[in-house]
Amino acid sequence: MAQQAKFDVPKLREYPIVPRVREGAMQHSKPFVAKPEFQQPLGFPGELVDNWKEVALGKMGELLNKYRSVQVFLDICVKCGACTDKCHYYLGTADPKNMPVARQDLLRNVYRRYFTFTGKYLPKLVGAVDLTQDVLEDWYRYYHQCSECRRCSVFCPYGIDTAEITMAGREILDSVGIGQKYTNEIIGKVFKIGNNLGLPEPALADTLQGLEEEVKADVGVDVRFPLDEKGAEVLLVTPSADFFAEPHVDGLIGYAKVLHQAGISWTLSSYASEAANFGIFSGNYENMQKVAQRIRDAALDLGVKRIVVGECGHAWRVAYSFWNTLIGPFDFLDPKYPAPQHICELTYDLIRQGALRFKREANDHRVLTFHDSCNVSRGSRMGSTPGGQFEIPREIIKACCNHFYDMAPETIGESTFCCGGGGGLLTDDLLELRVKGALPRMEALKRVVDEHGVTHMAAICAICKSQFSKVMPYYGFEMDMIISLHQLVGDALDWGATAAH
Amino acid sequence: MPVVTLVYAALFYLATIILIGGLAYRIQRYARTPQPLKIPTTPAPTTRIGVVLRMLREVVFFASLFKANKWTWLFGWIFHFALLLVLLRHLRYFTEPVWGWVVWLQPWGVYAGYAMILGLLGLWARRFLVDRVRYISAPSDHLMLTLLVAIAGSGLAMKYVWHTDIVALKAFVLGLIYFDWQPLPADPLLLIHLLLVIGLVMIFPFSKLLHAPGMFFSPTRYQVDDPRERRHVARFAQAAGRLAE
Ligand code: SF4
Ligand code: SF4
Repeated sequence: MAQQAKFDVPKLREYPIVPRVREGAMQHSKPFVAKPEFQQPLGFPGELVDNWKEVALGKMGELLNKYRSVQVFLDICVKCGACTDKCHYYLGTADPKNMPVARQDLLRNVYRRYFTFTGKYLPKLVGAVDLTQDVLEDWYRYYHQCSECRRCSVFCPYGIDTAEITMAGREILDSVGIGQKYTNEIIGKVFKIGNNLGLPEPALADTLQGLEEEVKADVGVDVRFPLDEKGAEVLLVTPSADFFAEPHVDGLIGYAKVLHQAGISWTLSSYASEAANFGIFSGNYENMQKVAQRIRDAALDLGVKRIVVGECGHAWRVAYSFWNTLIGPFDFLDPKYPAPQHICELTYDLIRQGALRFKREANDHRVLTFHDSCNVSRGSRMGSTPGGQFEIPREIIKACCNHFYDMAPETIGESTFCCGGGGGLLTDDLLELRVKGALPRMEALKRVVDEHGVTHMAAICAICKSQFSKVMPYYGFEMDMIISLHQLVGDALDWGATAAH
Repeated sequence: MPVVTLVYAALFYLATIILIGGLAYRIQRYARTPQPLKIPTTPAPTTRIGVVLRMLREVVFFASLFKANKWTWLFGWIFHFALLLVLLRHLRYFTEPVWGWVVWLQPWGVYAGYAMILGLLGLWARRFLVDRVRYISAPSDHLMLTLLVAIAGSGLAMKYVWHTDIVALKAFVLGLIYFDWQPLPADPLLLIHLLLVIGLVMIFPFSKLLHAPGMFFSPTRYQVDDPRERRHVARFAQAAGRLAE
């Protein structure tokens, strides 16, 4: 069922090779620009301001004073080239501006020109350039060809994280009035309605009721999907795609089944019905804080003891790494549990306590592999030891499935490849980029399919799931090969004796 | 006092001032700029001691570079380690009496001079041969390599081809340190070698050589992975909005 495409879909090769540089190969790729009415609620000008050059440089100066990462990273790159073949977008497109260091250079060359001694007086020598319309356009193009996955930062000898530079670039673009439609519209929806999809409370309640009926019909158990229930122990925040998108919703059913079998009272919130925080994509601190604030408010309002986050990569990075800073302290929650807690941590703890009963044969028709999501892998942790974010999901899979095979080591764990749709790029106006950026993951998947007969790839990120369902057909895979980790858990839960209660 | 001596003495002092002043300025800038969020590249150590070990692995073994690219790692590591030996070897011009281990190091320092050139040429070759690295190289990157190769080459040439009066040289150097100026032997090769070194020292705080102090300020590497256990709050954020509560 290979898809027809308006662009060349890369061929899957047996052994990946780094492509030769093809200048301008993705010059044409850029996302739609946000309309004025979506810019203003976020505090950005509606369209390109007249004095954009001064504004952009002013913003750059501000960011240099505000973020040590930006200041240090712009200074210390030695152009060693170690990162040049690490970005999935370079590997998939061969456009040299998709090499992490070259992506940074788009900003660095302007930084040098206006903020450093050598760039001011010897621009040619250090490659410094004036800020022109062309440069601004290149920023818009190539800062929207980075999924902020941080793979480059693993390999850079100084840990230079291109994601930080991309965020700075996007924040400058926002400040002069050219924001990205997809991301900024979604942030606007969260401000207004509470979730990325603009799903209002009645629709949400309806959906959840439908799920209760579905599960009842399926396994004969009254698994509940509570909404806005005060006094519940757990507030579950999950990406809103979990409410209806496939295969996400089967993950949500899995969380509900786990919580039900463990006897934990829980609730969703219609006010904070979104775990994802698109504020991270432009790195704008204030917007990120404002989006996150809803969750603190909901937790206080509902009087919960724990906050648990569903399967979502960027959401988990923001929750794990940033929440305590942005909306902490969480001194009102039960100190026995980490705040916030990942749904995988919760499930894994229950498995270790023997609180869940599995019939692993239920998953025998599946041969699994696991896709480590970039933001979980390199921007967060699970459990109490480094690398828990790799072990815990795998332990869960092994507890409920008999057939599991990892992909090649250089494509998982801390070296995992982004799905190609992260960082605010999961939009159809960037489809070519998304398909090409998925190449390294598709090649790794192909190998385990050929060698071990893998039938499904489990993931714990809403973006990964949407992205893979969309792009896998271009590479000749079935779109339902991608599966939520908690669907595997939910399918394997054994209701035997408890079905009655 | 010969004019050459005066000029070089002045340049040495100037270079020292630029190096110290320039580095102090950059470092205080790095130190004072806040890092509002926790961004260690994970898996990361969960303790301070773990971070010190992570940094040591980076500084001593170039651990991340090793993961990234074996050739760059090999040439880069050879160059840096050799440079360290060569610098230590040069301590004999700055100390009287010369410390025992510096004496012991002398022959190794000479081998290191060759190794340094080898490492540099390897790194330079990548700038021509690998199309990706060629694409990202600016003239300043080539110039930096030229400078370093020229410094190493002129140093070795003095050792083997065109000897210089090292007793007089040492008197000059010690004179600079104790403000008791002595004439500098005016051998052309020595003058070139010293001039190149002075140049390198002067551009240090304005160039990518800032990676040396800067890497200790790289949040992805120095931060402890403990955001849930310890609340991290940046100054500017504290001042703004509800975090002040
Ligand atoms: S953060 Fe990821 S997408 Fe961005 S440049 Fe680095 S490797 Fe590429
Ligand atoms: S690996 Fe780091 S230092 Fe080397 S070129 Fe890339 S960003 Fe620069």
